[in-house]
Amino acid sequence: MSLLNVVDLNTSYGPVNVLAGVSFTVEPGETYALVGESGSGKTTVIRAIAGLAPAQNGSVTFEGQEIRGAPESVMRPLRKDMAMMFQDPVGSLSPRLTIRSLITEPYRIQGMKDRDLDAEAKRLLEMVNLPTHFADRYPYQLSGGQARRVGVARALALEPKLILADEPTAGLDVSVQGELLNLLNDLRERLGLAMVIITHNLSVVRHVADRMGIMYLGRLVEEGTTETIFKDPRHPYTRCLLSANPEPDPDARLERIALKGEPPSLLKRPSGCEFRERCPFAKDICTQTPEWEVDGGHGLRCLAPLS
Amino acid sequence: MTDTLLEIDRLSVDYETGRGDLKALRDITFNVNKGEIVGIVGESGCGKSTLISSILRLTAPNTRFREGEVRFKGKDLLQASERQMRNLRGADISIVFQDPMQTHNPVLTIGQQMLDIQHRSKQSKADKLAHAAKMLGAVGIPDPEARLKQYPHEFSGGMRQRIAIAMALMSEPDLLIADEPTTALDATLEVQIIERLQELQREFHCAILFISHHLGVIAELCDRVVVMYAGAVVESGEVREIFHNPKHPYTRRLIECDPGHIKERARILPTIPGEVPDLANLPGGCIFRDRCDQAMARCASDVPPLDQLKEGHHAACWLNHEEATS
Repeated sequence: MSLLNVVDLNTSYGPVNVLAGVSFTVEPGETYALVGESGSGKTTVIRAIAGLAPAQNGSVTFEGQEIRGAPESVMRPLRKDMAMMFQDPVGSLSPRLTIRSLITEPYRIQGMKDRDLDAEAKRLLEMVNLPTHFADRYPYQLSGGQARRVGVARALALEPKLILADEPTAGLDVSVQGELLNLLNDLRERLGLAMVIITHNLSVVRHVADRMGIMYLGRLVEEGTTETIFKDPRHPYTRCLLSANPEPDPDARLERIALKGEPPSLLKRPSGCEFRERCPFAKDICTQTPEWEVDGGHGLRCLAPLS
Repeated sequence: MTDTLLEIDRLSVDYETGRGDLKALRDITFNVNKGEIVGIVGESGCGKSTLISSILRLTAPNTRFREGEVRFKGKDLLQASERQMRNLRGADISIVFQDPMQTHNPVLTIGQQMLDIQHRSKQSKADKLAHAAKMLGAVGIPDPEARLKQYPHEFSGGMRQRIAIAMALMSEPDLLIADEPTTALDATLEVQIIERLQELQREFHCAILFISHHLGVIAELCDRVVVMYAGAVVESGEVREIFHNPKHPYTRRLIECDPGHIKERARILPTIPGEVPDLANLPGGCIFRDRCDQAMARCASDVPPLDQLKEGHHAACWLNHEEATS
């Protein structure tokens, strides 16, 4: 049984159809990356999974239990096993609480009164390589990288089975980014943690994700193992996205495939393939609507795939 | 063409704090030539922001300029009057900030904001609007005349950053300072912005001082690179020299750390262990020595000078000295 099973998830805000049927699964201990442009619906997917964004249709099952639209009374105990790491590291920490209160808040929320909170705070800070005297500090006294590590400590406090991480390395310096990714990789091995990670840094995806899904306009357009997607992207959008990754080498010969125009409005989705107006490889057949097709674990929504 | 436009000459800047003077910039020296794109790389806290605000003289009240000069077209900006600085900012030197969501006034149309920044021009309003539309077209905003009537919230993040660039270039500045202009954007938009900057640079021949911690972007865009660490320049040189033949251990480690450099999936990524030293309580000797795996006895006692190793390539490290003398 998959740890997380998302089937045909739909979210609309009034007339704006943000998610138009997103499906994927995450196995225990697996890291799944969602990539795509700003506005493609990545954040909405994980917020809908956590019950923080509405989803009018579809299904989300966590360890076999249906949780889409579940009331807070059902979600709250489940949040022990499913933790969220938010995008803005400092903004997700209450400015009036000490780091000790922040990272031990999950125990209080879950009513775990038997815990020694000072000892837990110390254990968590050590786990994310922060000095234990940081327990008495406030968020404004931390750098971005330190605040990010506090976010990781808080997400790991209850030893969840699944972490939903929204841009966990955005805005971090490269060396700090490496530290955080090493920490997550290490915890995954030690605790058997599964992760859904959102990032637009494709170099990060390559090092942490087992499988990845590429989103465009609230739909998955391609899915597969990270290795296959990097080696052999079939969807033109994936190809464009991968080619847009600047290389830290001034002599790198980049065969960059330019995307035309801006993403279309969600209020007026294009007919046929929704990517065709921007697609450098569009053919006549693309006026028809492509279906999601899976071949040997590689999912694709394209009528004129690249080989 | 080696006309020097901007010369930062032995610039040292302190912040006066309750804990004593924080030595934010120390002995910074580098040039930007006319029409050149110079990248500044360094991690948080290396002094990139202090450097920009010092050039524009938009510094916090507790800033003290201890030493050195910031010469723009031969004139020291640190000695210029506030009036002279006002005439310079936005006209000869303009800036694009990091966050495209916060650079525009949310309650004015883009057209009105683009009119306002042409307050020095004596042209008619219609001419100014036509100029604004032309600039929007130049940064790739479709249907610019109609778009001038819209508000910032009606544009995507990438478009807003392009509008910010259009506004910065309107007065045809000699120097454009770009402070992490792509950090808040995703990869496809980042590439759009870089390519747009390259095109505009060719068209308007302005020099660009490009601040970023993204090595991929620097490698792609810049002619020369200045590497900063903890308030000092540790290495500078042509982009190829810096990336292929780095002469300072910090530069070398920084390049190694970039996950874009590592093609095979790695379980453990390289990092730079340790912390940046406390700038209010600087250790003697080389500032990087505590984190350097090649540190020698000399590194603890003497500050390494920024030596010229070959034409245009400077590095501040005793390792190169040993090489040079032995």
